[in-house]
Formats: sequence, C-alpha cells, structure tokens
Amino acid sequence: MPAVSKGDGMRGLAVFISDIRNCKSKEAEIKRINKELANIRSKFKGDKALDGYSKKKYVCKLLFIFLLGHDIDFGHMEAVNLLSSNKYTEKQIGYLFISVLVNSNSELIRLINNAIKNDLSSRNPTFMCLALHCIANVGSREMAEAFASEIPRILVAGDTMDSVKQSAALCLLRLYKTSPDLVLMGEWTSRVVHLLNDQHMGVVTAAISLITCLSQKNPDEFKTCVSLAVSRLSRIVSSASTDLQDYTYYFVPAPWLSCKLLRLLQCYPPPEDGAVKGRLVECLETILNKAQEPPKSKKVQHSNAKNAILFEAISLIIHYDSEPNLLVRACNQLGQFLQHRETNLRYLALESMCTLASSEFSHEAVKTHIETVINALKTERDVSVRQRAADLLYAMCDRSNAKQIVAEMLSYLETADYSIREEMVLKVAILAEKYAVDYSWYVDTILNLIRIAGDYVSEEVWYRVIQIVINRDDVQGYAAKTVFEALQAPACHENMVKVGGYILGEFGNLIAGDPRSSPLVQFNLLHSKFHLCSVPTRALLLSAYIKFINLFPETKATIQEVLRCDSQIRNSDVELQQRAVEYLKLSSIASTDVLATVLEEMPPFPERESSILAKLKKKKGPGAVSVPDLEDGKREGGELNGGGERGPDSAAMSASNASTPSPSADLLGMRSAAPMSAAPTSAGSLLVDVFSEAGPAAPSAAVNDDGFLRDLEPPTETSGLSSELQTPVDSPFNASSRRFVCKNNGVLFENQLLQIGIKSEYRQNLGRMYLFYGNKTSVQFASFTTTVSCPGELQSHILSILRATKPVEPVVEGGAQIQQVLNIECLTDFSEAPLLNIKFRYGGALQNLSLKLPVTINKFFQPTEMTSHDFFQRWKQLSQPQQEAQKIFKANHSMDTEVLKAKLLGLGTALLDDVDPNPENYVCAGVIQTKGQQVGCLLRLEPNGQAQMYRLTLRCSKDSVSLRLCELLAQQF
Amino acid sequence: MQFMLLFSRQGKLRLQKWYVPLSDKEKKKITRELVQTVLARKPKMCSFLEWRDLKVVYKRYASLYFCCAIEHQDNELITLEIIHRYVELLDKYFGSVCELDIIFNFEKAYFILDEFLLGGEPQETSKKTVLKAIEQADLLQEDAECPRSILEEIGLT
Repeated sequence: MPAVSKGDGMRGLAVFISDIRNCKSKEAEIKRINKELANIRSKFKGDKALDGYSKKKYVCKLLFIFLLGHDIDFGHMEAVNLLSSNKYTEKQIGYLFISVLVNSNSELIRLINNAIKNDLSSRNPTFMCLALHCIANVGSREMAEAFASEIPRILVAGDTMDSVKQSAALCLLRLYKTSPDLVLMGEWTSRVVHLLNDQHMGVVTAAISLITCLSQKNPDEFKTCVSLAVSRLSRIVSSASTDLQDYTYYFVPAPWLSCKLLRLLQCYPPPEDGAVKGRLVECLETILNKAQEPPKSKKVQHSNAKNAILFEAISLIIHYDSEPNLLVRACNQLGQFLQHRETNLRYLALESMCTLASSEFSHEAVKTHIETVINALKTERDVSVRQRAADLLYAMCDRSNAKQIVAEMLSYLETADYSIREEMVLKVAILAEKYAVDYSWYVDTILNLIRIAGDYVSEEVWYRVIQIVINRDDVQGYAAKTVFEALQAPACHENMVKVGGYILGEFGNLIAGDPRSSPLVQFNLLHSKFHLCSVPTRALLLSAYIKFINLFPETKATIQEVLRCDSQIRNSDVELQQRAVEYLKLSSIASTDVLATVLEEMPPFPERESSILAKLKKKKGPGAVSVPDLEDGKREGGELNGGGERGPDSAAMSASNASTPSPSADLLGMRSAAPMSAAPTSAGSLLVDVFSEAGPAAPSAAVNDDGFLRDLEPPTETSGLSSELQTPVDSPFNASSRRFVCKNNGVLFENQLLQIGIKSEYRQNLGRMYLFYGNKTSVQFASFTTTVSCPGELQSHILSILRATKPVEPVVEGGAQIQQVLNIECLTDFSEAPLLNIKFRYGGALQNLSLKLPVTINKFFQPTEMTSHDFFQRWKQLSQPQQEAQKIFKANHSMDTEVLKAKLLGLGTALLDDVDPNPENYVCAGVIQTKGQQVGCLLRLEPNGQAQMYRLTLRCSKDSVSLRLCELLAQQF
Repeated sequence: MQFMLLFSRQGKLRLQKWYVPLSDKEKKKITRELVQTVLARKPKMCSFLEWRDLKVVYKRYASLYFCCAIEHQDNELITLEIIHRYVELLDKYFGSVCELDIIFNFEKAYFILDEFLLGGEPQETSKKTVLKAIEQADLLQEDAECPRSILEEIGLT
C-alpha cells in the first residue's frame, strides 16, 4: 500500500488499485476488472439509491479502468448526476469523468450543458472554474454552440475573479480552435487586448495565448496588442529577478509570459511607431546581452528558461529580417550554442540557424560555421541532432561550398540512419544539380549516390541524371565512361544498371573507341546484370540492346542471338516478350537507315522544375524546403534546375545542345553520319550534307514510339508547340544565336515543326549566308514567308540582306527543305543583330517566329600574324582607357586548351603563339573590315583553372568595337 | 500543446491529457508509437524530436517519462520547463512525489494539471497560486468527507 493520499481517501478505490497492481498476469487483471465492473453495474442498477459518496467512488473506479485501456459503456449517467451535486469533490469527479470519457450521446450532452450552465451562473468561483475547465477539456461543437457567447461576457465582466478570467480566456481559446465560426468578434475583443495590461500576471499569461491565436486570424482587429505587448515585455525584461515574486522562475522573470509576448509579436510586422520599435529593439538587445552574462544559478531550469526567451527573441529577429545588426548577433549567439555541452542547445541552435541561413543578412554569417556543422553531422550521437545538422548544411549550401557540403553528405550517407536516408539522397541530388558548374562532378555525385544508397534513390533521382546527361552534350562521354566503370563492380545496385543501360544505349559509342570498352565488352557487361534485375529494368535493358544494334552493327549477331533465345522471346512477362519479339524483327528487317531513324538519339528534355525538388517538397510539406531560394535571384544561369522563367544562359544551353564545341566534339562528329530526320524526300540528303559538321541531336519526328519513351517521362507536350513557335524576339531562345559567334554553320533553330540550318562564309567586309528551312512534319507549310529586318541604326551599319537573291517559295511540302541566300555587307561596326521573321500556316494555324540572325561584328575579322615585339608595341599604342574593355567572368564551359583554341580561331582572329610570357594565356590579333574603315583589335584571354575564371581584355582602335567584342566573347567561354 | 503523456519505464501509461479531439483508437495508436520511440532513446540524447508533423519534448524523472507534443512554432525549452513546473507542483503537493502517488491519486494529478494548464496553454504559472487553489478544494472536500469516512469503514469495504 502506498502512502495514503491527502484529502479524502476513497479506500475502496485504493484497494481496487492495489488489487490490480498485484495481478500477476493480464488475464488476472481482466478477471479482477470484470468482477469490479459487475459489482459496479449491480450497484448502479440496484433498488437502493446510492449516496453521493458511493457514486463518486464507483465513477472514479470506472475512470481508472478506462484509463487502464479498457472500454467503459456505462456510468455516464451517474457521472452526470454527480455534476449537480453541491459537494465540491463529487462535482469534481463528475466533471473529470465527463472530460475524459465524453461521448456524443445527445441526451447526455444536453444534461451536461445544463449542469455547466448552472455552475457558470452560480457565482461561486470554484464551481465556475470547474465548469470552464470541463468546457475547455471537452471543447466539442455542442459546447461551443451552447457557451461561445457566454464565455466572452464572463471574461471581460468587471466583477469576475482573476482565477475565473484565466479559465475563461483559455476556455474561449479552445472553443475558438474547434469552432471559430461560433466565436463572434465583438465589443469584447478590444477589452481582451487590454488584459495584456492586467495587474495579475496569471491573467496576462492566460489571456495572451487567446490573443495570439485571435491575432493570427484577425490581425487588423487586434493590432493594438503590439504596443501593449512591447511595453509589457519591456517591463519584464528590465525587472530585477525578484520583482515578480512567484512569477520569477529560477531567477528568470516570467519566462512563459515573455516567450508568449515574443511569439505574439511574430504575428505582426515590425512596429511602425518609432518609439515602440526602439523600445522593442532595446528589449531584444537586452535579451541578447543577458545571454552573455554569467548564470545566476547552475540549475538547468535557470538556463532553460533564459534560453527559451533567447530563442524566441531570435525567432522574432528572424521574422522581422530587417535588422542586420541583430541578425548577425543572433547568428553569433547560435554559433556559441553549436558547441555547447548541452545537447538540447546544440539541437535548437542547428534548427534556428536553418532559418537564419535563408536571410540575406545572415546567410554569410551562418556559412562561417560550416566546419562545426559538418563536425556535428559526423560526431553527434543523437540521430535527431544529426538530422538537424544535415538540414542546416542543406540550407547554407551555395555555389561556394556546394562541393564540400555534398561530399560530406555523401560520406555521411554511408552510415546514416535508415530513417533519414531517402531524404538525404534527395537533398544531395538537388544540391548536386543546383550548384553543378562542372557536370562531370554532377554525374560522379549521382552515381556515388546510387552506389552508396541505391535503395533510397527514387525514380525521380535517376530520371533526372539521365535528363541532364541527354541535355548536356559536354558530359555525355564522361557519363558513359563513368557508368561503364561503375558497372564493373561485381554487385552493383539495380538503379545503377538502369542508368548504365540507358546511358550506354544512348552514348556507348563515345567510349567504344577504347578496346577495353569496345561495343561487345559494353554489351556483355550490361547483359551480365540482366538476370539479376527486375522486369522493368530488363525491359529497359532490351531497349538498350536494340540501340546497340544501331550504334554498333558488329554487335548485331550477338544481340539477335540473345533476343532470340527462349527466355526472351517466350518470356512469360508480356512486356518483355513483346520487346524481344519486336526488337528482333526490327533488327532483321529494317535497313540501316530506317534503324538509325527509329533509334535516333533522344531529343533534349524540356526544362522544368526538378522532379526531385517536387518530391522533397511533398515529403517535407510545402514551405519546409527552405533551400537557398535566397540565391535564386542573384545567380547567373548555368544550372539546369528551375522552371521556365530562368535566365537565358541555361535556356541557351538546352537549345544549343549539340553544337557547343566540347572535348567530345570530335566523337560527336563521328556520330553525325547518321541521317537526321525521317524526311523521305531527296532534300533529306541535303540536310545531312549541311549539318554534317555540327551533328546536332535532332529529334526524329516519326518514331520514338513509347517503347523507348516509357522509361522516361515524355519529352514535350504537344500543347507547348505553338507557344514555342510564337516566341517573341527577345526571348531566351534567341540566345541560340550566341552559339554562332565562333562558328559559321549549324542548326539555328529547331522545334517539332521546323528546322532552320545555316551555313555562312565571310570575306573582307562581305558575307553570304545560306538558310535552310526543313519541314519536319508530313504536312505542307502554306504561305511560307520570311523577312529580314535591321532594327534601328543597324540599317545604316549593315547593308544586307535586303539583297536576298530571291524570295522563298510560298509552300514547303512535308519533309521537304528549301533554301534562301542572303548577301551581307558590313558598312561600319554594329552591335545589334538583324532579325529573321518567319510566317507560315501549319494545319490551319498561323505560326509566327522571330529569330536573331547570327551576324556579329567578328565575322568580318581578318587574322593578323605578328611577332611578340609588334604585339606589345601595338598594345601600348592602344592605351587610352576607352580603347580597352575588360571582363572577368566565371567559366561556363570546359576550360580545355584545345577547345579554347578552336573557339578563338573560330572567332576569326589569328591566335599568336609565344607572345604572352605566360604560356597559359592566349593572345589574338585581327583587323575588322568594314566598308568605311579597318579596326585593329588585340585580344588577351587569361584563364585561371583553379578558380574556374577568365579575364578577357580587348584593345581596339575603335572604342565601340572593344566593348562589343568583349560582350560577345564573354559569353563564349 | 496537443497532448501530454506520463508513462513509466515499462511503458505503462500513467496519465494522458489530450488537447485536440482524437478518437480513442487514434489516441491508443499515438500512445503506443510514442512510448516506444521515447523509450528507445538513450539517456544523454536530446529532449526534442520531430515526430509526424509535431515536435515532441520529453524528460525523465526517476521512473516516469513526461512527454509533450507541441506544434511547430512552439518553444521547446519553455515546454521542458512546463514539464518541470508540473513535476514541482506534484512534488510539493504529495511531498516528494513518486510514481505510486500518481497511480493511486490519478484524479489529483489531473486536477493539478487542470489548474496549471488549460486547453494546452499555461493558465497559472505561479506555484503558490496553483497549490492554493488545490488545497482550498481539498479543504472543501475534507469538511464534507469527515463523517463519510467512518461510514465507509463500516459499510462499504
């Protein structure tokens, strides 16, 4: 038996509880309980009327039984009877039973509400409080209907006792939460706000929870609370620790109320009134200062209460996000906590810093703690703390530290708790994509991700890496090589096989030159994994095999044999069987040309929001993905992530696809022997001829049946078609003309309907441009017209084009191609580009398209060879400040020497060796020929491989030319 | 605050207070899950964890775990001190409270909690004021019960 309780002893109850505790087994307990239930039932049903005490005792026993986890289906009526007892303890037990065990028996609710009503009007404060507690505990809609109008009256009545006011405030809060529609704002609301001024701290404490909740929903109605809250806070913060007597908690004055006040202020923007704001800032500073003072007690309660206020103050500072000084102080304070010996503080500091990281004022300050946070990720013993560290690393990540953070997250993944792996994988994938400057790094990261945590790599992640590899030709060779190496591992994850199958099927040719990764070696490697894979992966591999037959005719016999064997062609899985049969047939009857057309390389994927980010958002709930949105505004293009409204650079990237010179350019060239389109007319061969140099990845109009596409999302919706065509002149699409600064031939534009190729040649100040318009559909284009115009001043600078030999024919048959010749003469230097406008009807709809023609001033360069001595002499002569233009910029493309040389030569200048004392640098010289004058130009390009930066300097005899060339060239490297 | 649970090291629930409407089935499920999660944690771990879309704040006092579920914008540290203040109130009332006091006088534990927290928010944080309210109620009780307890001895046990 325990020490007997104070107050009444319901001995019967105590005995019963003892019995239950003494039960040796669950069965014994149930037996004892059933016995008791039978006893109570008989008492309640008995003829003899029970006295209040017995009723109370039995109701209490029932309550106990219920709280043990057993169902109770009687006794409610007896409990309700207790409510109308005028003995306090009986009433109290009755209310407790109702609070815990209420069910919506309407008859009962009516009786309960009646009893409550009586107690509320009893004017006995203890009874009133009991009734209010019951309403607050039950908080049902029926109670809201009955009392929502009564309680505000009690709350603001002048003669209500303090304790009743406190209960009424929180009771009303509960009703407002369950049934906001039933709590009507009114004259009482302004009086409630003034409870913040109440003398009784308990009343203020209770009222503020109500006011905070009401303010969130009706900010305007309650906005006077801001100044009241500030002055209350100020009084508390500046009070001595003894001033508030019993409301001081371990030497901290009114910690609960302080936190609530700071929380209330977070419902509003910073106060407009200067005096109020000043007072508040003073409070916040005092709170920050107190954190630095030595503690008044060693008890953890003291520091917890003090820090609770501090964290709430920091939340408010972050909420305002307008006081750089306070933000930085907050960040420093949290930085101290990051190394605190209390795990709780480290946890909260990491959590709070996550929000600070998204403020532009404190982002940099947060970044200085990166080492500590990484250390936390490695050494914290508690997974929930490590999780916070991972969140913070994700939030503080930007271009400057992405490589480090991603590397740390990857190494953490190897040992990470299963519960958080999937989320970690998504985060790594997002950061790697978002901050990839160098896409080989991106590919490495994702393949590592699959290697380390393959099970947690969702479809979105591996879809995405394939989309990116398809869209970026500069990484395709690397991806093929890396995935080939990764597949060598004896046990590799099925996701790796999927990525491997897809990438080798598309780009295996890029590594086929090496005998160690010859076509057959590649095929055997993939096929060695086949039997271990699930059906969808096998299906994907079969598609890869047929692509192999196209890429490497020498593998045809081997692959056909595989397709022909029973386990494929008679596979019990319909999908696999169908693929095997169809691919086998396709490979045996189709001519090389047809096969090449059907199995054309995948077209680039349209840019859209990363599916991974969408997934993370879904996982964490909207708003929880705090990432670096901050940076979005400032960042230059270059990442693939993000929706349609991205900068021109990245759009150009997807548009330019195959034509950017890159280390793999020669390999790509090899591939371009494949015919480009399904165009059946003889004009098709011309297309091949024209584009043989560029080898673009043209989407083939006819085929790519879902057999291939099923593995990835469909590349474009047809609905996007006409809008794409009507792209306005200054749209990012025209950035494609930039690609032609350093080269003269290639695909200028392409969509589902139309492909425009150009070929051009320049001599002195004259040029000739051939435009090829290819109809990619099987339907004719009617009323086909093209116009070239020179906006503004350009007219007088270029004499072109108006001399177009003849207008184009008005009809372009399906699959046919027509050409147009433009003659160009450069009169004087210029910076704008002429516009090409194309109009035609396709299936009844008028299509209208405007493009910039890639005619740039550098096309009229004549290379000039000169010695080192001559160069520097000329360089010095061109020393007037306006003759020089300089730009320092980040590398957007590979910094490979050969690539750079090719670009500089493409520019039209002479590339001078042994001129610059630093062999890493490039110098060029040339003369621009215009009709009226010649402009001498000198160029110096200084790469910094480590920083991935360039400095470009131009000196020309004409200022405007320096500027224009500098602008043009800065986008090329 | 959404709810508060008190449970023993053996996972026995000693007190449950729900401030949001939930069905009995949901309550049981939540209790089971949360008791398991918290009991699995090691002593020096931090007192906060994310659980579903809530934050859980817990602390162990002797054989009892006190565990609160709060919403996202709520303050963890001050919740920890809510728990502590409640423990202080129990301690003062029972005089060095132990788990058995709460088992045998569970109704008192509920009454004290109702004086301190209402609808999940602090109603009265002053220790003195809360205890005065409870003691006053006890006085009312004793006045009324005196003759009763004798009757009970004879008639009902």
